[in-house]
This record gives sequence, C-alpha cells and structure tokens, in this order.
Amino acid sequence: MDLYQELILEHSKRPHHAGLREPFDAEVHHINPTCGDEVTLRVELTGTGDDAVVRDVSYAAQGCSISVASASVLADEVIGHSVGEALETFAAMRDMLTSRGKVPGDETVLGDGVALSGVSKYPARVKCALLGWTAFTDALARSGVDISTTTTDSTPRQGVSS
Amino acid sequence: MTSATASFTDQELTALRGEFPILTRTVRDGRPLVYLDSGATSHKPVAVLDAERAFYEQHNAAVHRGAHQLAEEATDDFEAARATIASFVGASADEVVFTKNATEAINLVAYAFSNASPTGGPKDERFVLGPGDEILVTEMEHHANLVPWQELARRTGATLRWIPVDAAGALDLSGLDDLLTERTKIFAVTHVSNVLGTVNPVTELAARAHAVGALVVVDACQSVPHLPVDVATLGADFIAFSGHKMYGPMGVGVLWGRAELLEAMPPFLTGGSMIELVTMERSTYAPAPQKFEAGVPNAAQAVGLAAAVRWIEAVGIERVHAHEAALVARLLAALAERPWVRTVGPAAGQLRGGAVAFVVDGVHAHDVGQVLDDAGVAVRVGHHCAWPLHRAVGVAATTRASFAVYNTPAEVDALVEALDRVPVVFGLDLERAAS
Repeated sequence: MDLYQELILEHSKRPHHAGLREPFDAEVHHINPTCGDEVTLRVELTGTGDDAVVRDVSYAAQGCSISVASASVLADEVIGHSVGEALETFAAMRDMLTSRGKVPGDETVLGDGVALSGVSKYPARVKCALLGWTAFTDALARSGVDISTTTTDSTPRQGVSS
Repeated sequence: MTSATASFTDQELTALRGEFPILTRTVRDGRPLVYLDSGATSHKPVAVLDAERAFYEQHNAAVHRGAHQLAEEATDDFEAARATIASFVGASADEVVFTKNATEAINLVAYAFSNASPTGGPKDERFVLGPGDEILVTEMEHHANLVPWQELARRTGATLRWIPVDAAGALDLSGLDDLLTERTKIFAVTHVSNVLGTVNPVTELAARAHAVGALVVVDACQSVPHLPVDVATLGADFIAFSGHKMYGPMGVGVLWGRAELLEAMPPFLTGGSMIELVTMERSTYAPAPQKFEAGVPNAAQAVGLAAAVRWIEAVGIERVHAHEAALVARLLAALAERPWVRTVGPAAGQLRGGAVAFVVDGVHAHDVGQVLDDAGVAVRVGHHCAWPLHRAVGVAATTRASFAVYNTPAEVDALVEALDRVPVVFGLDLERAAS
C-alpha cells in the first residue's frame, strides 16, 4: 500500500526535532477527537513582520504513524525558514493532502512531505496528517503572526466526530 | 429439527448472507468486503429495505393525524411496529417511545429530569434534581450515556459520580456502597460495553439501585441486537437502544420506560402530536408514548425496524448469540497465539457481547485499521466514543472487531491474516514483543 512509504515509517519511528524545548513564543495543544491523538507544539520566532523567521519548532506527539511523521516533516521543513515560507509550505501540504489524490506535491517545497501524498486518497486520515501543521499555524497566530490569508481554506470534515 | 442454539450450516449462513445485498460488494481494488464493524452499524437485510419501501409506496401518510385511508393505514403500520418491537424485549406497546436514535432516547430521560427541576408547576419528586443529589454512571459508558448526565448535573447542580473500571475491563464494584447511596437519584449503566464486550450484571445492579430509591437507565444498544433481552428480567426503569445496530434503518431508536414513570415524566421535545389540549396560554399533553413523540414521527423507519425484529425472530436471537459467541471465541483464540497483540476486555470463556478490542503495542490503532482496510477488512479504530474507558484501561486507542449474525469463521480468519501483515509493514521486532 502506498500510504506507508519507508520514508514515513522512518520519520514516525525516529521523529526529527522531537521533544519540547525552551525558549518558545507560543505553545499549543491540539487533539484529533476521532482517535484521541494529541500534539503539544511550541514555536520560537526571531525578527518581526516580513523578517520573522522560525528559529525552532519543538513538539510532543502521541498518535499514529501518519500524524507523528507529519510533525517530523513539519519541523524539518519550517525550522530556519521565514514565516512566509513556512506558511507557503503549510498551504502546499494542505493542498496536497486535501486533493483526493489529484495533487502529487512538489518535493522542492515539501521535502520528505511528498511521501505523505498517499494520505490524500484516504479522507479519514487527512486530519491525522494535518494535526501538527494546524497546531503550527495556531502557534504562529498566538505568536502574533497574521495567518488569515493562508488558513482560510478548510480541511475536510470527514472523520472529525465520534 | 435444529435446536435453538445450533450453529448455522455453511448453507444456512450463505443463504442468510444472501439477504444482505451490500455483502456482495468489493472494496479497495476489488477485495471482498469483510465487514466487522456491526457494533457501529449493522447492515440491513432485504426484508427491512422492502418494508421501508413498501410503507412509502403503499401507505405513506403522516401518522396520528388525518382521517383518510392512507393516514389510517400508516398509523396502523406505525403502531403495529411499536407492538412488534415492544414484544421483542418483553414490554407492552405503550411503554415504547420511538426516538431518532439511542442518544436521543437517553437525552429524553435526562431532559425529563431537568424539565421537572425548575420551580413552578406540579411535579413528581422522583424527577427533581438539585444540589446534594447524585447521578451515578460508570467509567465504561459510551459518550451517549455519559455526556447527557454530565450536562444534567451541570444544569441542576447535582453531582456526577462513577463506578471505576478495573484493568481487566470490568466494573470495579468494591466501592459501590459508597457510590450508590440515598443521594443517588439516577444510575445509568451500559448493559454490554461497546468496546470491550463486557456484560455487566445489570439485574443485580438495578436491584441495588432500587434499594436506595434510584432510577435505573440502561444503555442496551450492544445487547438487544446480540442477546435475548427481557425488560422484566433486567429490572431497569428505562432502556435505550438503536435500530440501525440491529439490522434496522438509521434514524430510529427506542426508549423503553416503565409505564408509570413515562406517565409521570414531563416531556422533552414539544410541539404537534404530543398534546392533549392547546390554548394560547398553555397546553396539556397526550398520554405516553405520544407525549414523547413531538412532530411527524419516523414511521417508515419504525416499520423498517419492526421488519428487522421479525427477521431476527425468524433466525432466533439465541442462535444469533451462539453464532457470534463462536466467532468471538475463534478470534480470541487466534489473537492469543500472537504475543504482539493484546486483547483488552474480558478473558476468553466469559460471557461477552459481539465486540473484541485489541492493541498492537508499538503500532497505533489507526495504522492497524489502515492495513486491515487495505485487505478489505472493515473494523473500527479509535476510542469508539468511550474515551474515559480507554484512559481507564491505559490505552489511547484500540482496534475493534464487532460481529453480527452474517459474519463467518472465514471472515475471522481473513481479519487475522490481514493482521499478520501489521508487524511486517511496521517492522515490529516480534521476538522482543514475545519476550
């Protein structure tokens, strides 16, 4: 099955940048109500406005391989990047995941994240893959970043209740 | 002649499965569907689909209103359905209230309590709750038999307490004397756990609750489709169950309540149909069960559910139970041979319902379910609307296989075969798991 590519399993077993670190500008706790998966995520920024850069993303994730791998990819792809780039990466990830298999994803933007493209064929799992990313955008907002233009699109409602 | 509990011959099982059109479809690139999620919702036999269709094709009318022939026929069908369903659980027809689902049935009781609790108007003290009163539930409950009681406690100032669950997934009754006291006004408990399959000693618990004057509400969603249930034997005051888990349509549930209590209870939803006399200032209400069925009811679904009950009765509920118990035993035995799988819930050999929950240590339930789904095996993963229960037994999420009468031993084997792929896909160290 194309969902569990080796790269995903590697990330889920040895998630990059895992653990909660200080200092941080904001900490958020997000839950997937379907399965009880949880992520606590911190962001640390430097600079302000257009110069803001993601200095660190640290997290404690408890969940399925998809959600843990996705948090690992997130940390890889946004740490050291400008907030603007990070939000573009988020948008690209979201577009791929919610495309029902139509958007393959661009490796130059998403890095290892393209290995998550198989998730888009399983609507019930999209929320797993987006858990860390939505936590990240929430943490940015709580750090004072305007995320309104990036996060207007909604994720599918499927698999959200229980 | 076959006895009531004789297992099905292959031929019988094939014929029985043939009554469920959906079981012939394929999933995920042409794999045969192995549906082991009947605890969430069961499939529907043709007899049920036909009954619902026949209602619309031949008798469709708003019941309990209108004097034309269709209205008479629709009302007769609806009331006959009530009688059929009542008889199935040993009740009389006027004690059966049709709801949208079991969740609404439980909310109906909870709101009767809070509607009786504000000041003003005549009321029955048994339904009045306030500070100092207690509602007792268990840690095993489906959210549907927990959240309405949390909310009732919040609205009235009553205190919510609960019976804990032990590590084996049984109710820990050691502290019952402290939990069930004269302060307890309501005791809400599930008959059979929707996750673990645990069968609770409801008859004994109901007697204990009645001894302190509490009213007993039983969630029977996972028992009525799988075990013979008789309301007199159970000894509860109210039971709730859903139609769609017992081969009936979605959109119909049942509340059974003792007639005398239904008569004394204030209504939940109000409006048309449930009234006796209406003036601009106030209204009086119809006798139960009409008092609790405001608006045009779900007659077609009730008729479909009655067809489902007749279908179960034709098969025999004892045979249903015996067949499902054999499937559960087959699965438990196979899981026991796999040290990397941990079953949560009662040990093999104990009385249990049609659900088996398990965990593969090191692999999240969502990932287990995905591998099974890839093989066409449909199970449920997550906390199954019983989040506190999962916390109590120390797991975040489980994989649950739940059976119905149409499942086969071969389907149990298909599940186990698919499950054996899990350690391969996720690279589990089986020798370490076994040690």
